[in-house]
Amino acid sequence: MVNGLEVIDLGVTYEGETLLSHLTVGVGDEIVALLGPSGSGKSTLLRCIAGVQQPDSGRITWNDTDLLAVPAHQRGIGLVFQDPLLFPHLSVGRNIAFGIKDSSRVTELLALIRLPGYADRKPETLSGGEAQRVALARALAPRPRMLLLDEPFGALDTDLRRTLTTEVRELLKSTHTPAIHVTHDEDEAHAIADRVVYLADLQRSSRS
Amino acid sequence: MIRSRGLAIAPVGVVALFLLIPVVAVLIAGIRPESLEILLESRTWRVVGFTTLQALLSTVVSVALALPATYALHRLRLRMRRLTLAVLTVPFVLPTVVVGLAFRALLPESLNGTLTAIILAHAFFNVGLVIRVVGGVWSRLDGRMQDAARTLGLSSFNVFRRVTLPYLRPAILASTALVAMFTFTSFGVIMVLGSPAQPTIEVEIYRRTTQILDISAAAGLALLQLVVVVVALIWSAALQRRTVMRMRQSSTPALPAISAVDRLCVYWTYLLALALALPVLALTLRSFRAGNQWSLQWYQQIAAPSGGTTRDIGAFSIVTTSLRYAVLATILAVVLGVLGAMAVQLATRRGVTLEATLLLPLGVSAVTIGFGLLLVSIRGPVDLRGWTFLVPLGQALVAAPLVMMLLLPILRSIDPRLRYVAATLGSPPLKAWWAVDGRLIGRATVGAAGLACAVSLGEFGATAFLARVDEPTIPLQIVRLLGRPGEANFGSATALAVVLLAITAVVLITTERGRTQW
Repeated sequence: MVNGLEVIDLGVTYEGETLLSHLTVGVGDEIVALLGPSGSGKSTLLRCIAGVQQPDSGRITWNDTDLLAVPAHQRGIGLVFQDPLLFPHLSVGRNIAFGIKDSSRVTELLALIRLPGYADRKPETLSGGEAQRVALARALAPRPRMLLLDEPFGALDTDLRRTLTTEVRELLKSTHTPAIHVTHDEDEAHAIADRVVYLADLQRSSRS
Repeated sequence: MIRSRGLAIAPVGVVALFLLIPVVAVLIAGIRPESLEILLESRTWRVVGFTTLQALLSTVVSVALALPATYALHRLRLRMRRLTLAVLTVPFVLPTVVVGLAFRALLPESLNGTLTAIILAHAFFNVGLVIRVVGGVWSRLDGRMQDAARTLGLSSFNVFRRVTLPYLRPAILASTALVAMFTFTSFGVIMVLGSPAQPTIEVEIYRRTTQILDISAAAGLALLQLVVVVVALIWSAALQRRTVMRMRQSSTPALPAISAVDRLCVYWTYLLALALALPVLALTLRSFRAGNQWSLQWYQQIAAPSGGTTRDIGAFSIVTTSLRYAVLATILAVVLGVLGAMAVQLATRRGVTLEATLLLPLGVSAVTIGFGLLLVSIRGPVDLRGWTFLVPLGQALVAAPLVMMLLLPILRSIDPRLRYVAATLGSPPLKAWWAVDGRLIGRATVGAAGLACAVSLGEFGATAFLARVDEPTIPLQIVRLLGRPGEANFGSATALAVVLLAITAVVLITTERGRTQW
């Protein structure tokens, strides 16, 4: 019995090009930072885990049960992109409440991301950092069993990155949410994660 | 993304089924020896010749009238710009029959039935189309490019010839192809303004079908027309793709008109807008004139016709019929248009070029749609003649491609990752689609529905083939009245046309309000 997420022998090709091959990784109750150069397939891995992309081979399991057969909306795995991707037609509060049935938690989540009173704001009035915090709250709202962060600070300036890195770590720890944090920044990886892994080390073919 | 494939197949299937029915019916009926015989008659080639001639002349005139106005509207600072642009572009959605009649009310009797009248009416419709297509590209032209050319020693004229014109050429050619296609397949205008001695292909298809009852010959002509349109459409699509590739986003502020040429363009734009307002004005005035005085006589007459024949139907019943058909057609057109836009968008994301096939209906003329559906209703497995849904179906097939064209750019601009976000937050595929795409295209869909309704209300080409004699729509009744001699019939036609214009205006204004409040 393995606790948490297991990716076994995962392979993804797109239009004849191999993006991932024989990738194996396990994530328990922890924050894992995944490092690798851009274009190395980090995002592809996260998409497969979240269920918005299907791998060509391999398995993904949670507590030993198969996840690949479960559609994205039933996996309970959150995904945060480099861009906040807030729904432009919904207020900040309704963005956060998107994935939950009762919206009473919105106030609590807004306090957690230090944006109290922002519920009625329109997404286009937010700064980059604020928007990314809202995206994070939105992903945490349905209490996902795991959160995937795909270079969430990539579009922000250095100072803001540093602040947010600490904030996000605290947020994940206080909500007991395991996470995979993808980045190409070594310092950021070590600051946020319990464990740092390199994408190249996870794939059998690239080791041989 | 395996899951979205299933979602993609359903709309493609439904849309293809509906939109391609008339085309397939025409193909099946047209490719037969007895149908193709018509291509050997010399009369046919005279008709083809006249159709091509009027289309070419109409196109050249439309583009020439529109280009100076396009420049003034999209590059220069203009007073009352929005109003002017509205006056210039609204004619495109006006009912063809009403426009034909408006030109008859405006032009002297000596021009009735002439090529000149047809060309002017076609220009009235298509000037706005050219302004939209070319203006969209022109407004994005980076002004610094022209500045650079000027510092290299080029005169203003040479900057236009060597920098601006090459940049605009694909857009001008694309709009030319579109106008050529629309005028080549024009029907309502020619029926009202043209001379019976000089029919176009569309009129000839209608005449063969309804007067001579020679369905085979009509099918042969419809096939010929379809081939011409498909070629024009593919050409236009190729040109537009080139336009899109060349577009570079930049916002150059509108400049004040300084040079003499600039000022001429500005005057030209206002003059053109005034000229385009004239026919509708003339029509409205004419509807209130009986004998030599102001009168409501024609309105009283259409409300309670006193002709005594069974063909005289009160305006109230005609308006009710028109509205009933238009509402049904609008619902169907919006459903088909949304599904079609989704299908094209999903297909292009997959790198498949379904686009041409699905956009084909835009180029397929209303007459072909009406004639195709008529063929299905006569020769199909079930006899559907007189079926209530036949008319709304025809109108919806005319309007759906328009809805599709309006929604497609918006669907394409939606970041696909928004759908992933919705999915990872627990929304099942359909709910995620509604929460993201549905909500984001909602506003545009309201506007598109209004347009579809306006088009259905004024639709003539398809409706003429499908409507029952005892249940005419407003455009059908107008043409029927014009077919009879006498001032009374002409006066009644103008009154009905004004009623149709008023209803169309109410529909467009209401949906515009609804759209902004969405």
